[in-house]
Amino acid sequence: MTVDIVSRTVQDSARRSPLGTYAGQLAAVPKGVSIREVPFLTQLDLRVEPGGEAAAAAERVLGVALPTTACTAVSGVDGAEVLWLGPDEWLVVAPAGQDALEGDLRAAVGQQGAVVDVSAQRTTIAISGPRTADLLAHGCSLDLDPRVSPKGTCVQTLLALAGVVLVVRDEHAGDVWVLVRSSFARYLADWLLDACAEYEDDPSWR
Amino acid sequence: MTSSFRLPTGGRVDRSTELAFTFNGEALTGHRGDTLASALLANGVHQVATSVRLGRPRGIVAAGAEDPSALVQVEEPFPEPMLTATTVELHDGLVARGLPGQGRLADEPDPARYDAVHAHCDVLVVGAGPAGLTAALTAARAGARVVLVDEQREAGGSLLGAPERLDGAPALDWVAAAVDELTAHRDVRVLQRTTAFGHYDDGFVLALEKRTDHLGAQAPANRARQRVWRIRAGHVVVATGAHERPIVFAGNDRPGIMLAGAARTYLNRYAVLPGSEVVVFTSDDAAYAAAVEIADAGGHVAAVIEARAKAPAHWAEECARRGIEVRTGHVVTGTSGTDRVTRAHVAMLADGVVGPRTGIACDTLLVSGGWNPTVHLYSQARGRLRYDAALGAFVPGEEIDRASVAGSATGEFTLAGALRSGHDAARRALASAGLSTEGLPAEPELPVTDPEPPAQPTRVLWSVPDPDPDAGHGDQRFVDLQRDATVGDILRATGAGMRSVEHVKRYTTIGTAHDQGKTSGVIASGIVAEALGVDVGELGTTTFRPPYTPVAFAALAGRDRGVLHDPVRVTAVHDWHVMHGAEFENVGQWKRPWYYPQDGEDLETAVLRECAAARESVAMMDGSTLGKIDVQGPDAAELLDRLYTNLMSSLKVGSVRYGVMCGLDGMVIDDGTVIRVADDRFLVTTTTGNAAKILDWMEEWVQTEWPELRVHLASVTEQWATIPLVGPRSRDVLAAVAPDLDVSNDAFPFMTWRDTGVAGVPARVCRISFSGELAYEVNVPAWDALAVWEAIFAAGRQWGITPYGTETMHVLRAEKGYPIIGQETDGTVTPQDLGMAWVVSKKKDDFVGKRSFSRPENLRPDRKQLVGLLPVDGDVLLPEGGQVVEVDALSQPPVPMLGHVTSSYRSAALGRTFALALVRSGRERVGQTLYVPLEDELVPVTVTDSVLFDKEGSRRDG
Repeated sequence: MTVDIVSRTVQDSARRSPLGTYAGQLAAVPKGVSIREVPFLTQLDLRVEPGGEAAAAAERVLGVALPTTACTAVSGVDGAEVLWLGPDEWLVVAPAGQDALEGDLRAAVGQQGAVVDVSAQRTTIAISGPRTADLLAHGCSLDLDPRVSPKGTCVQTLLALAGVVLVVRDEHAGDVWVLVRSSFARYLADWLLDACAEYEDDPSWR
Repeated sequence: MTSSFRLPTGGRVDRSTELAFTFNGEALTGHRGDTLASALLANGVHQVATSVRLGRPRGIVAAGAEDPSALVQVEEPFPEPMLTATTVELHDGLVARGLPGQGRLADEPDPARYDAVHAHCDVLVVGAGPAGLTAALTAARAGARVVLVDEQREAGGSLLGAPERLDGAPALDWVAAAVDELTAHRDVRVLQRTTAFGHYDDGFVLALEKRTDHLGAQAPANRARQRVWRIRAGHVVVATGAHERPIVFAGNDRPGIMLAGAARTYLNRYAVLPGSEVVVFTSDDAAYAAAVEIADAGGHVAAVIEARAKAPAHWAEECARRGIEVRTGHVVTGTSGTDRVTRAHVAMLADGVVGPRTGIACDTLLVSGGWNPTVHLYSQARGRLRYDAALGAFVPGEEIDRASVAGSATGEFTLAGALRSGHDAARRALASAGLSTEGLPAEPELPVTDPEPPAQPTRVLWSVPDPDPDAGHGDQRFVDLQRDATVGDILRATGAGMRSVEHVKRYTTIGTAHDQGKTSGVIASGIVAEALGVDVGELGTTTFRPPYTPVAFAALAGRDRGVLHDPVRVTAVHDWHVMHGAEFENVGQWKRPWYYPQDGEDLETAVLRECAAARESVAMMDGSTLGKIDVQGPDAAELLDRLYTNLMSSLKVGSVRYGVMCGLDGMVIDDGTVIRVADDRFLVTTTTGNAAKILDWMEEWVQTEWPELRVHLASVTEQWATIPLVGPRSRDVLAAVAPDLDVSNDAFPFMTWRDTGVAGVPARVCRISFSGELAYEVNVPAWDALAVWEAIFAAGRQWGITPYGTETMHVLRAEKGYPIIGQETDGTVTPQDLGMAWVVSKKKDDFVGKRSFSRPENLRPDRKQLVGLLPVDGDVLLPEGGQVVEVDALSQPPVPMLGHVTSSYRSAALGRTFALALVRSGRERVGQTLYVPLEDELVPVTVTDSVLFDKEGSRRDG
């Protein structure tokens, strides 16, 4: 599809991210963690046969080989990250506003695959700080110990009662992205804030 | 009654803190470190409650979770029923009372927080006694990730209740050093006050941590009071110790009768003398230590009643040194006393015959019949048990996958043996978890124990015959104190022909109380085996099931309460709806605007107003929750042809088609629109509630049946916000916000779509209608939705644009006879039944469900068909779900039922009420009068075509 870029009377600033109204609350959590929304990221669902011509073409666009190890993510060029979601499915996550990427990828894969813009489908919650794994352990059944889930781990799982894509972004489980469906974002933010209540007066969280 | 039985020194209580508490209305004090039970005993209180059926006084039997008797209701700080006094930590301000079997739940919401945490480790050790600590230390020293859980407030296990020595010093010094070492390891987590209550497959264990219970009213409100730990371990070491086994005799339930090991615990750990005049009744060596220690602490031990023919030499000597009489070959046959035991009846027991009895005055009678390894967690993980005849106990019979048992839980009751077995279990655990043991010394570095006297085998004695069974008081040989169930009850069960302990359990209720038979279960097996003359090992025990100890529902619910109980899904426009006073309807997890009451309108008034706006001017709604699926690939059209009943491959790019999906049985499962984005790309919509189900359905066909199709599916439900814009003025509003779009009917006809800018945002506008009116559906990326919504609302203001909710949507579509899947359908309705034979292709070779349409059942003329119903009195609103009958007066049941009302509304457009219904042979009945029961009346209704408004479709193009 080609949505014509028309003159905008609604400014980009009129965009609303699912957690736009939560910024203040999220900023006020105990210091063991830092929670913020990373809104408006470019997100593209990419379906190709791994190892095929289309995959190679997509890899040229992304500047990185599509990860074929289950539950991993890699970084490409221009800030793009490629998240393994399945044997023939990846989520390309790029900085906000990379509108051309969808067309570039579709042109690359042609009829041999599929590219779908899902940028507004999910928002991204960045959780960082030394207590990140402890906080997530309240609702995520995966072992986020760095020896088990090193940097580049990418899993589709449940956090509390919301389906998420969870990406480990550093070597110490201290920087995690949680991609959540927009409609579930407030539930998840409420849940995270509620989980933090436990640590309001915890000296190890100051 | 409240004279102090607290010893001046010793124990693990903090005498510098005095905690005030109230029990059964009496103000008492205790110390930090006490349980409610130990504080009661320190105050000389043995009776806790009366029994559930017989009202007999009952006291404290044990010192831990196995207590069958000392049930209490906590009233302050917050009401909580069915706790055992032996596991409630004393705190200041505790108010409790004894429970005669049943408690009461609070009638106000529990203000405490409860939560859950997932934990992962290589080795989970359950129990911080000598075996567990050794196992944890061994695993930690090998570099394993270790979690150690222990139900007590401090580590030590059996060492807390006995003056043992290790390395020539008090054993608790070794415990303290072990805990220090463990907590210093980065990869070790030690959880006290934490009971592992469920052991499942693959090393998964649930444990309950009591975090602030012991703080009483001082518990910080933001801290979870209790926490469920969900622990996934590479290997589990079960070091849960053993429970002492009583011996059943007549009158064995009186307060003051207690397990000998429990008495040791009260004495050594809590510095409480359980009584002044003590008799010990035992068939095992361990009880002698209780007699000796109580005598040394200043209690008077009147006698040790030894069921065995010979007393163990070492202990006989120790007793003699203290002037304690040991009566071998004797048993306790009964007791006297009202609120507390006052006398033990003692007689010789030889060859099952009870000799003449004598009485020994006492206020405390300690009992030991040996020990039962605490095999619950092992058995829950499907470990098979083996009967050990020498112990009279069931012990773990095999190594199981990912779990080992250590210490007295194996039936190894010596301290040296427990330490060694803890070490060995840890080594097995490390190997099982795939960890190296290279860092460990070849010979284990275990603390040195004092020499233990040679042990004499336990005499297995389940129960003592009642020498006076015909005294007229009924059987008083209680097997399960909590259930008031006796030996006589068991014999009645076996007499009635029961041969399985599971049946006997259910017949007698033995083992079904809060304690799940921790002290009674094995004895019940033993008595059944004796009654049946079979081997108890063959007979076995009842099944051990989680939870090991009772767990409050509040703890299991954790933080999934209130607003977090289930995710609340909201659309991008949600805040606007809230701000404009919408009432919301739950649709699955979604909150959807139901209607927007103005100035105190009720639902009916608001909906009539919203409907009128849509039919007469213009209205808008938030349809973002519609399921949306992107279908992409060269075979996309082929896939849709196979899944929809109608033909989709003929759809032109730029056009939209309504489609129906059926299951293999030809019954409608979903409907929606299909838009062709490109030759190789479609966007299909599903009903809100079926979005995930239909994607799964489509994926299943693609992945399992038709993998050759080159097509990919992707959910885009939340990528796009969807705003239906409805009514004769909708074209004007659209023109105002989409200046680049030619909105004329010729340029933008019905069932087509256009990409254009709406309020400056790239949008896809579809000309479809779920109301029969001229209508559009504006789709924009969700993050632009609020701005576009507000722009449309502003542009429509001059025509009085009205936001409407799901109720109005339902009325508008029902007036047109459009079914809602799940409301008009229930999995037994075909497209033909809905009057939509036109949506079933006759050209296609095949599609899912086609085969079923030629089944005779699907072709019956008397199937239930969708029709309209007009109540003769246009003010009467039929109840949805109301039965449709043919007769105007109800005969005797059964009354033949023709169908039911699926939807019923008041219509602004029709100026009356109307309904949709599924009615047998409905289309043949158009014009007939049928009846629907409403309260006590039968309401006459006229059957009509399902399309009630604008049959000609004249309003569609505006």
